[in-house]
Amino acid sequence: MKAKRVSYLMFFSFLIVLPNLKAQEVNEVLKKVKAKLGQVKDYQADGMMKLNVSFLQVPDSKVIVYYKQPDKFRIRQQKGISLVPRGGISINLNSLLGDNRYTAVDAGKSSLNNQTVNVIKLLPLDEEGEVVLSTLYIDPISYLVKKIVTTTKENGSYTIEFLYGKYSNWALPDELVFSFNTKDYKLPKGMTFDYEEEIKKDTTKTKTTRGEVKIIFSNYIINKGVKDEVFEAK
Amino acid sequence: MDFALQALKDRFEINGQLLNGYFICYLVLQMLLIHVPLLIALVAGDVLSGEANMGTLRMLMTKPVSRTTIVLTKFVASVIYTILLLAWMAFLSLLVSMLIFGTDDLLIFKSDKAVLLREADVLWRFVAAFVYAAIAMTTVTSLALLLSVFADNAIGPIVGTMSIIILFTIITGMELPFFDFLKPVLFTRHMLGWKGFFNDPVNYASVIRSGGILIVHIIVFAGGAILIFRKKDILS
Repeated sequence: MKAKRVSYLMFFSFLIVLPNLKAQEVNEVLKKVKAKLGQVKDYQADGMMKLNVSFLQVPDSKVIVYYKQPDKFRIRQQKGISLVPRGGISINLNSLLGDNRYTAVDAGKSSLNNQTVNVIKLLPLDEEGEVVLSTLYIDPISYLVKKIVTTTKENGSYTIEFLYGKYSNWALPDELVFSFNTKDYKLPKGMTFDYEEEIKKDTTKTKTTRGEVKIIFSNYIINKGVKDEVFEAK
Repeated sequence: MDFALQALKDRFEINGQLLNGYFICYLVLQMLLIHVPLLIALVAGDVLSGEANMGTLRMLMTKPVSRTTIVLTKFVASVIYTILLLAWMAFLSLLVSMLIFGTDDLLIFKSDKAVLLREADVLWRFVAAFVYAAIAMTTVTSLALLLSVFADNAIGPIVGTMSIIILFTIITGMELPFFDFLKPVLFTRHMLGWKGFFNDPVNYASVIRSGGILIVHIIVFAGGAILIFRKKDILS
């Protein structure tokens, strides 16, 4: 009888302790990810930005990307008019993980590009914030974040995929694909007076409601100092 | 501009000098359809009917010059005025606004998309657009000349020309399937062909076709004016 009681007690203790162990494990992974990100105090990188949005026809543009701890981030075009998606700040991982104002939940393992990754969900503690949920796909060996899916209250969801190469030791990507929801773009024809070209319009293409921005990074300058002025809006 | 940008600003942070010389010039060209035809009709609508109104047309007919030559001379004079007017517009809207507002990339708005053209790729498009505009406005000149043949005072041809342009512009802009059969032959639709140079890549076949249709209109209107004037009883 006594042995039975002990075994019940042990079973329930296990049930209580197990989530804590899991949480510890998740926090340990995030700690390692943050440690890797923490190596970079600031950086400046050249980038080639490609926009793929159904209602925008924009040529590829050369940009400079600036970052400074804790969460300063800006994409600037060297010359001319630039269109950078809002929420671009989310591209910066430190802004997501930096303030510890979230609860991390283990969501098991998943496969991403034929590679097993840990899936961790971050639930923000701030109820008033725009972000509702962020899901991180983390490489369990290198502790690099491979993908983030962020769900927001009003602007749908963002997905950011990172491709690492030369700068993986610094947890800095060589390529980044940022996809987001787009709203319809429509102006009255009476205002724009469009010239309707006499070509058969391709009706097979359906308008996508997702937009995509790809940035290919090169020439990172890491921890050499970045002036605060570059983060100010022009 | 804010209205046009609203849909973009929700999603994108837009940096750079949007209101630059190129953008101002594009806006001015946009008004080409309504404002410049009025300035052209005021002159081209008056070339024959004005003379009839003043009673000098009969005197002109007594000279040993054929009626065809008279109409052609009037037409050429009106075309020169049209080209000079456009050159003046180009000077004011392009060169002066480039000096005042500077230059940058050009962001233009269509009904279903926004197009960004790099600064280095813009100037030649304006030159081509103004050359095209000269053909488009010559169509208006020839229409006003044709109407001028019928009238004995200038008001009629001026109002007539503008009424036709406004009516055709409304039909061109309306998205009613009922008018679809008519749209391809309306010269007001092809007057917008200058915008084709601001597509990337430019669909030259379409722009040349639209230019060709305008030239056919010019020939028909000016030819019609000559034919009718040759057979007209000059009573005033």
